[in-house]
Amino acid sequence: MATTTGVLARPTSYSGVWSWLTTVDHKRIGVLYGATAFIFLLIAGLEAGVLRAQLARPNSTIVDGQTFNAMFTMHATTMIFMAIMPMSVAFFNFVVPLAIGARDVAFPRLNAFSYWVFLFGALLMHTSFLVGQIPDAGWFSYANLTSRTFSPEAGLDFWAIGLLVMGASSVAGALNFTVTIINMRAPGMSLWRMPVFIWMTLLTSILLVLAFPVITVGLIELTMDRNFGTNFFNTSAGGDPVLWQHLFWVFGHPEVYILILPAMGIVSEILPTFSKKPLFGYPVVIFSGIVIAIMGWAVWSHHMFTVGLGPVANSVFTITTMLIAVPTGVKIFNWIGTMWGGSLEFKTPMLFAIGFIALFIVGGLSGVSHAVSPSDFQQQDTYYIVAHIHYVLFGGSIFGIFAGIYYWFPKLTNRMLGEGLGKWHFWLMFIGMNITFFPMHFAGLDGMPRRIYTYPVGYGWEVYNLLSSLGYVLLFVGFVMFVHNIFHSLKKGQVAGHDPWDAPTLEWSISSPPPEYNFAEIPHVRGLDHYWIVKREARAAGQPVPGPEPHAAPGSVHMPSPSYWPLVTAFGVVWIGGGMLIDVGWDYIKFPISFVGGLIAFIGVVGWANEPASAPDAHHGGHEAGHGAAH
Amino acid sequence: MAHAETAHHAEATTTGLNHRKLLMWIFLGSDCMLFGALIATYMVYRGQSIVGPYPVDILNIPVTTISTFVLLCSSFAMVQALAATNRNNQRGIKIWLLATALLGFTFLGFQVYEFYTFSVVEGLFIGTNLFGSTFFTLTGFHGAHVTLGVVWLVSLFIVAFKGRLGPSTALDVELAGLYWHFVDIVWIVIFTLVYLIGGYDAGPVAAGVLTGPIPSVLPV
Repeated sequence: MATTTGVLARPTSYSGVWSWLTTVDHKRIGVLYGATAFIFLLIAGLEAGVLRAQLARPNSTIVDGQTFNAMFTMHATTMIFMAIMPMSVAFFNFVVPLAIGARDVAFPRLNAFSYWVFLFGALLMHTSFLVGQIPDAGWFSYANLTSRTFSPEAGLDFWAIGLLVMGASSVAGALNFTVTIINMRAPGMSLWRMPVFIWMTLLTSILLVLAFPVITVGLIELTMDRNFGTNFFNTSAGGDPVLWQHLFWVFGHPEVYILILPAMGIVSEILPTFSKKPLFGYPVVIFSGIVIAIMGWAVWSHHMFTVGLGPVANSVFTITTMLIAVPTGVKIFNWIGTMWGGSLEFKTPMLFAIGFIALFIVGGLSGVSHAVSPSDFQQQDTYYIVAHIHYVLFGGSIFGIFAGIYYWFPKLTNRMLGEGLGKWHFWLMFIGMNITFFPMHFAGLDGMPRRIYTYPVGYGWEVYNLLSSLGYVLLFVGFVMFVHNIFHSLKKGQVAGHDPWDAPTLEWSISSPPPEYNFAEIPHVRGLDHYWIVKREARAAGQPVPGPEPHAAPGSVHMPSPSYWPLVTAFGVVWIGGGMLIDVGWDYIKFPISFVGGLIAFIGVVGWANEPASAPDAHHGGHEAGHGAAH
Repeated sequence: MAHAETAHHAEATTTGLNHRKLLMWIFLGSDCMLFGALIATYMVYRGQSIVGPYPVDILNIPVTTISTFVLLCSSFAMVQALAATNRNNQRGIKIWLLATALLGFTFLGFQVYEFYTFSVVEGLFIGTNLFGSTFFTLTGFHGAHVTLGVVWLVSLFIVAFKGRLGPSTALDVELAGLYWHFVDIVWIVIFTLVYLIGGYDAGPVAAGVLTGPIPSVLPV
């Protein structure tokens, strides 16, 4: 504990690959998450392109059924676990400590560990492309299609183990953010003064912590069935494939809220800023979020109405599912109420936020229509469901995420994203999204099943599919414009300043980009919309609006030091998973190989535990003194 | 956490709870869901095995009662270890940490014996029937938790031997204790459900979950 006394120096400017590999700075980890997730978003988008190209015309032979199965499986898996979730985590990382007035997250090294496990896990799953055995059983991979009998190739092992590894990353990250939000708020920031985005992050983190272990058990049982001859989903031994469905959806439905709550939080930050008035009914929005997070556990069987659980189960889950639409609907009225009578400013973040509301209403309404179980019997496994999920996940989550990118980009880089290109991007996305996904409602109600790789002429599905595929082109152009906008604005964007939007939350009171330590002096929070209060009082008193505090002298703020142990530990953990995928015809070789991964992880943990969180100098690594205090 | 206490105001926590302690509690909530799902799987498949051996054929309740007692004693030793740490009783810290680890290790020995007898002697392997799959998975995951706990306790024992445990670092012991007691409590649930309640299951019986094949008529 000798390291604690002095004020510790930390290099204020460092660069190079090694600094990124060892960083524990939440802002840099946020950038890593965001960049990685965006690359996976593009990959998943290209996979969707294969699907749309194949389905554009009837009797198409661009790809065969096997490739089509692999593409829709990886499109969905990648979008959900490797694009939308880590995008949300990117926002958690970048925004949460800034918006609660903290200098970092509670466990900076655990945060780095979460990122590296996520990255390695995602790469591990994608090595299935290299060996040509791509997962192909759909994103919820129902038993017993996933048994060795029906899926003899290793694709599903890559899928299961990849998800197990990424689950570890998600839980570690979510634990970190739960503790950070509960325990690291600036003085004065009571729970009821937290920005809505912070509330939604807290709720999402709690859902992650509790939901992921359930899918973990399901995936372990699947992996053991496939590799060690257990009988969990083996019907000939009495196993029940429906158990998989329960385990999957007990996780899977909270997961839906894990995907949408962060976007709801982002939108709840943006609407007040660009309406120039506080969020309408702040406590109601929070309570609605809490109710959604609790009720989200009581609706999972609405994914299983056609399984045959019986009229009682179907009725109960119909009722709970309709009930959960209530708090969601309440939020929509809150957002509309926020804009009502405000002086609206239609900047790009605001456009995406309004787009989010419009599209999420459509997705929510189609959702209520299959909450009704008799109606769902008609819709189950048709394109109607595909339309619904894309309205809530693309129109909802992705629009929310883009709103957030346009909103916080100036804070991250001190550059504005181009407004002109941004508006083009928005309208291409908004129109393209509707052309792509709205016809799917009709295709579905006309009976087109999801997951068919081609269809014959004469069912009346041709025009809907052609429209969907043309819409994809618009979305593609929109994405190209966005990427161009990012690179262009990084170099030539208008300089943003610390508070380009006249925003209410703490992160806008410090300079852009924020210094290493975020706040030289930890602020004392005086209310909800703290920075608005400060600015309003200054204006009322005729004083200049307080700008960002001057930067602290280098080395005067005590910060955690970079460390390579999270990287080493993450590498070991993922090696354990990778070892289970080694296939040389002799199963027992898996154990020693995985054991080596375990040893690497163990060495990483020991190094981690014996290294103080803050080194007395800039060097990182095996300092022997003291147990690393967590802060 | 002398570190945090002596350091800057920025490290004071909002709730007054230590970060690591809060993390451990929330993690245990997460672990509850893991064991919840494993136990649920066991209970759903209880009495659903088509071929033997069945629980009544092989579960040895007296022997497992002894190993359960051993594990419960280890929780007592753990409490003593934390108390000794708080009182800075260096000898007590080492003795009780070692006692906890050894009792945990003894429990694992019983489990190895049990697994060996069930499989090699009695013929119940992980793929034999649903009982084998669910039993070995559930108790195996619990055993893995105990093993991790033993490794943790031994690490603490080494740290204690260097004289680095005491009132200022009592949290390091307390966190291991939280984990250890949790693993004990989970075992009490498993012992009750698998051994005391389900230990006399013979053959395919109605466990109140499914009494026959899944009804083929869908509710309309």
